[in-house]
Amino acid sequence: MILTAEEVKKIAYLARLGIEHQDIESYTQDLSNVLDLMQQMGKTGTEGVLPMAHPMDQVQRLRQDLVTESNGRQNFQAVAPLVEEGLYLVPKVIE
Amino acid sequence: MEHSQQWDYVIGLEIHAQLATQSKIFSGAATAYGAEPNTQACAVDLGLPGVLPVLNEQAVTMAVKFGMAIEAEIAPYSVFARKNYFYPDLPKGYQISQYELPVVGKGHLEIEVDGGTKRIGITRAHLEEDAGKSLHESFHGMSGIDLNRAGTPLLEIVSEPDLRSAKEAVAYMRKLHELVRYLGVCDGNMQEGSFRCDANVSVRPGGQKEFGTRVEIKNINSFKFVEKAINHEIERQIELIENGGKVVQETRLYDANKDETRSMRSKEEANDYRYFPDPDLLPVHISEEFKEQIKAQLPELPDAKKSRFKAQYGLDDENAYILTSSRDLADYFEALVRASSCESKLCANWMTGDLMAALNKADLDISTSPMQYERLAGLLIRIDDQTISGKIAKQVFELMWQSGATADAVIAGKGLKQITDTGAIEAIIDKIIAANQDQVEQYRNGKDKVFGFFVGQVMKEMQGKANPAEVNKMLKEKLQ
Amino acid sequence: MHNKSIIELAKGLRSKAFSSVELTQSFLNRIKKHEHLNCFITVIADAALESAKQADAGISSGAANLLTGIPLAHKDIFCTQGVLTSCGSKMLANFNAPYNATVVEQLNHAGAVTLGKLNMDEFAMGSSNETSYYGCVKNPWHTSSVPGGSSGGSAVAVAARLTACATGTDTGGSIRQPAAFCGITGLKPTYGRVSRYGMIAYASSLDQGGPMARSAEDAAVLLQAMAGFDSKDSTSVDRPVPDYLSGLSGAIKGLKIGLPKEFFGDGLNNEVASVIDRAVEEFKKLGAVVKDVSMPNLELAIPAYYVIAPAECSSNLSRFDGVRFGHRCENPRDLTDLFTRSRGEGFGKEVKRRILMGTYALSAGYFDAYYIKAQQIRRLISEDFNNVLKEVDCLMGPVAPTTAFGIGEKIGNPIEMYLSDIYTIAINLAGLPAMSVPAGFSDGKPVGLQIIGNYFTEDKLLNIAHQYQSVTDWHQRIPNGFE
Repeated sequence: MILTAEEVKKIAYLARLGIEHQDIESYTQDLSNVLDLMQQMGKTGTEGVLPMAHPMDQVQRLRQDLVTESNGRQNFQAVAPLVEEGLYLVPKVIE
Repeated sequence: MEHSQQWDYVIGLEIHAQLATQSKIFSGAATAYGAEPNTQACAVDLGLPGVLPVLNEQAVTMAVKFGMAIEAEIAPYSVFARKNYFYPDLPKGYQISQYELPVVGKGHLEIEVDGGTKRIGITRAHLEEDAGKSLHESFHGMSGIDLNRAGTPLLEIVSEPDLRSAKEAVAYMRKLHELVRYLGVCDGNMQEGSFRCDANVSVRPGGQKEFGTRVEIKNINSFKFVEKAINHEIERQIELIENGGKVVQETRLYDANKDETRSMRSKEEANDYRYFPDPDLLPVHISEEFKEQIKAQLPELPDAKKSRFKAQYGLDDENAYILTSSRDLADYFEALVRASSCESKLCANWMTGDLMAALNKADLDISTSPMQYERLAGLLIRIDDQTISGKIAKQVFELMWQSGATADAVIAGKGLKQITDTGAIEAIIDKIIAANQDQVEQYRNGKDKVFGFFVGQVMKEMQGKANPAEVNKMLKEKLQ
Repeated sequence: MHNKSIIELAKGLRSKAFSSVELTQSFLNRIKKHEHLNCFITVIADAALESAKQADAGISSGAANLLTGIPLAHKDIFCTQGVLTSCGSKMLANFNAPYNATVVEQLNHAGAVTLGKLNMDEFAMGSSNETSYYGCVKNPWHTSSVPGGSSGGSAVAVAARLTACATGTDTGGSIRQPAAFCGITGLKPTYGRVSRYGMIAYASSLDQGGPMARSAEDAAVLLQAMAGFDSKDSTSVDRPVPDYLSGLSGAIKGLKIGLPKEFFGDGLNNEVASVIDRAVEEFKKLGAVVKDVSMPNLELAIPAYYVIAPAECSSNLSRFDGVRFGHRCENPRDLTDLFTRSRGEGFGKEVKRRILMGTYALSAGYFDAYYIKAQQIRRLISEDFNNVLKEVDCLMGPVAPTTAFGIGEKIGNPIEMYLSDIYTIAINLAGLPAMSVPAGFSDGKPVGLQIIGNYFTEDKLLNIAHQYQSVTDWHQRIPNGFE
């Protein structure tokens, strides 16, 4: 297998993704299989090929500097799990 | 502190300047400071599912303006990338920033150190979005998140590690602060966090070529703190090494209250930011035409203005330096010279003297000065045409400052007009001479100092309103 | 009523043969009756009847266009204000979107009646609709088979006549493959043709919304309202939208069709292959010319896609952190616990797999070998298409290597599932438009013909499909029990 369970745990932490202990093994297997499939890419030489990030070779359109949005707090916080005095609440932030 | 050997310091600064746009970098929400929490965080700023960013033209314009002012290369194509990390004040779980292809490339800035100038390299300047704020006052042991600031445009200006002391770092930071305000791209308000600084600090034994391990100090948001924090960090590192320890590459937070830095372990544990080009944004193209347009809008920059002030107005170094330290001051000065038609030196002295003292005392700056240049010009005109003496003028200034009245109104109201009527002065002089025969005797016997006594008596009698030159001339004649 | 085309329905509404309220009610009744298909995540009966009433008033006053009063439904990936927008995930099972997607706004503006929101693979990640938090949708042609994915609910709702038409999205085949499996007509437009604003992102550089309908003609009507420039989407292309309906009358004599040999290789099921062959023969009868072409880099589309799409998704889905919306775990101990547990509980297995893959591909030390390499291959594939599309007007081939497979058949084997998108994925990498058109059956299950065109040639593709549908009736077949 290309990946180890430890590596999968590390990636899961980087992605802040809780994974049940008993599932680590199957994720490790699945990801290793996919990485194996990806190795095929190595067959083709790509030296000097410009990476393609977008299907369209266009440039960014610019927006005029205008304030177009008004206060929508009530609407937006209606879907929030926990708010108080207009603030989103989270466990204590320690810097 | 005494050290067992010579140490060199290497410092680089990363300055975050908030760009003075009306709306955010990727959304149409307002950037105004001080609004109620989360009332200026729109769907895009909150990173709601499905929303997309669209780039603010003004932010790009401002970045290019800055790039031109530091004579930097402007990238014809620059790319926005995502910097991925989890933090509650970072709504999307990534910050849109620029990584491999920033809008502004290598440039430089001249700073003044020990009477000479030094060129500090600027590695790059890139556009990015600001994060929100965590409020730590306790909500049942929790923190509150305000995302009003999320999406505010920032220009991150990264210097080369060219700075060799805390003093140089402060000089560089001040110079940059002056420049961004000149350009009108940042309001420079440090209390509100519009101009923030992180410093990379390392030390190495004197003469060594390789850099030491660097430590990043975050959150140093005043000129005073930058100097203190860097000096503190230098001491900490030297002490560590001299005691046989090793500097660890890390991020430290400056605590102004305790005047110390402490390690930010939370930021350290996983800094694999997984940068990649943001697929929601396309490459930003800056054409030659766009650059030409911006070039035409560039104001006169501080160094050029200072030279011109010296040449055109005959100002000395110090006055030229002070009067070009902000665009508002320089504009005020030029308006004052024009409006008063007085000698520019008189204008400069009044500005750097009485006016700035009064502003300082009232904790105001030139843009909020209650003494408009027109009123000050009115006062200078009255000095120039000898309606009042320089001494009386200080009194008039004080009254004008308090009342908001014009110089002429104050002079007329308080009867401060200088007396140039020689008849009136002569009568007073005769009276004083008659009453002080002893002193007359002394003067005529060669005691020149007594002359001052007579001037003082005459001026006192005339409540300071006599023209001093006239008084001098007539006294001399009478006492012979 | 429910078997009529959109144009027939629009005529009926204008002639007062029936009202939009009646039409809407009849679809609502069918939705209820065929609940077991599990197409809809949300039905908004009251709101639908209310907008039908308004549409009727509009039609009476003469202010109406073709879609006014026509009932349709949205894939649950499009944000609908005040209505649950779950994206097929537990993560958003409580998310009543606070705003409308641009596509939804445009269809509302056109007067269409929204019946509800359609089931889909979780966050559009899947090819069978089995990854949905709301359970798999059943294929009306064969209820133990999958409908395809990720727009499975949309495909089934259209095939079973539970709506006149539906919106879908396609990142690697998510419109075309379920359209093929369910015997309907689906179009993935050119990247940038339809606004992505309010369409919950899976892989931003590949996602594209499009119409799912019973015929090319219906798809043309729906695309007309969906397409167009949107200033809120930086990747939206500012280019006029042609009149798709009036484009349907062109003859296709002399049309040059390319058959990429990579589409007819080993993995292709024989019966599916012969259905496609017969369809190509039909085009020859219509005067088309056929040419064999080759795109050597096509075989790398799957690995390249499974780097790029997960990389983008790993970042796009970071916003689901339990702070501002969506699932939040109970009593988080600290910040890390809040993030980790909310995301761990809110996302299903396939979504987690792709987030992990993408995180890995972007992480330090692997970025160049995976992400950059995949982007380079993406360019090679795109150039392959550009080259062959210089020689021919369009490309044809199968949409999928097989017909609809059984529920549970592939869900345990991700690689096998990924390979079912082998013929559709490359088109997304290149950003080209492509259609799935019903072309026959194998074992009683529908087979889709894929037609791929050059950038912004949706009008041509629709016409090609329409000409085919004028001489065939595969698109008019209705599964048993849904007549």
